[in-house]
Amino acid sequence: MVQPISPPNPGRRKFLSLITGFMASVGAVFLAIPFLSAFKPSARAEAAGAPVQVDISSLVPGQMKVVEWRGKPIFVVKMAESTVKLLSSNLTRLADPNGDDSNQPDYVKNQIRSRKEGVAVITGVCTHLGCSPKYYPETGSVAFDSDWQGGFFCPCHGSKFDMVGRVYAGVPAPTNMDVPPHYFPREDLLVIGLDGVS
Amino acid sequence: MLQWINSRFPITDLVERHLSKYPAPTNLNFWYLFGFLLIIVLVMQILTGLWLMMNYTNTAEEAFSSVEYIMRDVEYGWLLRYLHAAGASAFFVLIYLHMFRGMMYGSYQKPRELIWLGGWVTYVLLCAEGFTGYVLPWGQMSFWAAQVIISLLGSIPLVGEDLATWVRGDYLISGITLSRLFAFHVVLLPIMLIAVVFFHILALHEIGSNNPDGIDIKKHVDDDGVPLDSKPFYPYDITHDVYALGVFLLFFCAIVFFFPGGGGYILETVNFEPANPLSTPEHIVPSWYYTPYYAMLRAVDFSLFGLTAKFLGFVTMAAGIAIFAALPWLDRSPVKSIRYKGVFSKIFLAGFVVSFFVLGYLGLVPPTEIKNILAKVFTIIYFSYFLLMPIYTRLEKCKPVPERVPT
Repeated sequence: MVQPISPPNPGRRKFLSLITGFMASVGAVFLAIPFLSAFKPSARAEAAGAPVQVDISSLVPGQMKVVEWRGKPIFVVKMAESTVKLLSSNLTRLADPNGDDSNQPDYVKNQIRSRKEGVAVITGVCTHLGCSPKYYPETGSVAFDSDWQGGFFCPCHGSKFDMVGRVYAGVPAPTNMDVPPHYFPREDLLVIGLDGVS
Repeated sequence: MLQWINSRFPITDLVERHLSKYPAPTNLNFWYLFGFLLIIVLVMQILTGLWLMMNYTNTAEEAFSSVEYIMRDVEYGWLLRYLHAAGASAFFVLIYLHMFRGMMYGSYQKPRELIWLGGWVTYVLLCAEGFTGYVLPWGQMSFWAAQVIISLLGSIPLVGEDLATWVRGDYLISGITLSRLFAFHVVLLPIMLIAVVFFHILALHEIGSNNPDGIDIKKHVDDDGVPLDSKPFYPYDITHDVYALGVFLLFFCAIVFFFPGGGGYILETVNFEPANPLSTPEHIVPSWYYTPYYAMLRAVDFSLFGLTAKFLGFVTMAAGIAIFAALPWLDRSPVKSIRYKGVFSKIFLAGFVVSFFVLGYLGLVPPTEIKNILAKVFTIIYFSYFLLMPIYTRLEKCKPVPERVPT
């Protein structure tokens, strides 16, 4: 039996082992790229995220329309004038009334959190764990709140939002509901998915 | 013939070492039956799963109706599905009892750390298997549970949202998500599960089983090296195990044939409605076997150090599962079994059991203010069992462990 000969230069052997191992690791990282990339949204999934148009002429004050954009429910709410007034006055119970910690386009970072007065466009997904909050436009005493001002209530974990999706303080949801990019090319036409110029 | 094989592959030796002549301690009790039952359930899940897969369609359009097709049109399809669904719940009942046995008798202690870790990995894989399987029928609960769980990833600072999109493969839970979870459920996770269970059993057979007294039976062996306080698996333990299997099947079949929905705990009522991304069910609950951790997730409703409540809740929930892995290094007691440990260990173990059940209940019901406070209190009790263990196991006075198994 042939005995393995100990290498004459162990330092060089160690260096070669290290460099081989290093190159193999680099190879493994490159090999992982196609496998990891295949997990990203496919071209078809990306194309399905195209903008949608909504005709809002038929909405009466207090009515909500749910449209689908990128598979998420988008709440389009037409508000009565009295409701709009409440938006800039009734701020004490809100956690983030100005949207400083929330996710929305800059053009709705105003007192009424809307691009067009009287129309709220909100991504209808609770910022806690992604449930879809329910619409409760009535005011006064309701099952989950003794002094309700109208808005949204999440049935999953009890988060509360006002009519334009601003979160109440002391509920599980950390931020206001998102506002999707949107604009109004005409008086009664809403486009969701593009920033545009109203 | 056998000799021909044995000189090429030591089959007799393997069977004797791992099955027929495996030396089991003489004082094993009721709590030592669950490992055997778990293997039976694993085999049953693999078989029924394989058969279900033959008729299941993993697309968002077809998944729900293919499950109904299995239930109505496939011969005995209903039985395959009920066995698989009830099997999932049975799997968790048994693994929780099996884990509790280990905690009670200190089976995680030196030199069985790797056996314990192997079991812990099995449990984590089983949780993943349960979650991915839950999504496949594509009912309302499937969809919204996937939505809630995957959106938890979104709470991780900086990379969260991109990570969640990457896992979903879409901007929302869709058929793309469904088919990748299906691939995990039927290929990746079962392969890993079988491999880890194999490791778990090999490691156990190398070290030997612990016992209710935590006595090291290998200290006293006969001339052949067989522990004196042991008896061979065949025919002694196998008869106990088979008897236990009979009792288990009695209950299991009663559920499969007479209460297949398990009162909404095995098959959720809401899940008989097809998935609808635009409408959340009134009350979302996870499967009963995750509810203790779900209660922890909900208990954390405050932000800290600039981290959101959602992220902290996610971390707490993950820590609740992960912390089992640290058990061998948290326990500083000189004895293994609860029988010889001091009063602190008993109190804290009891506290752990109570908190596990209370949190399990709280995770099932809609949150209220008082229940939220309870969830916080019991989350603290749950973690104190683990985190205070290095302290209380050193402070308490233990009873002396006998040299030999008492008769």
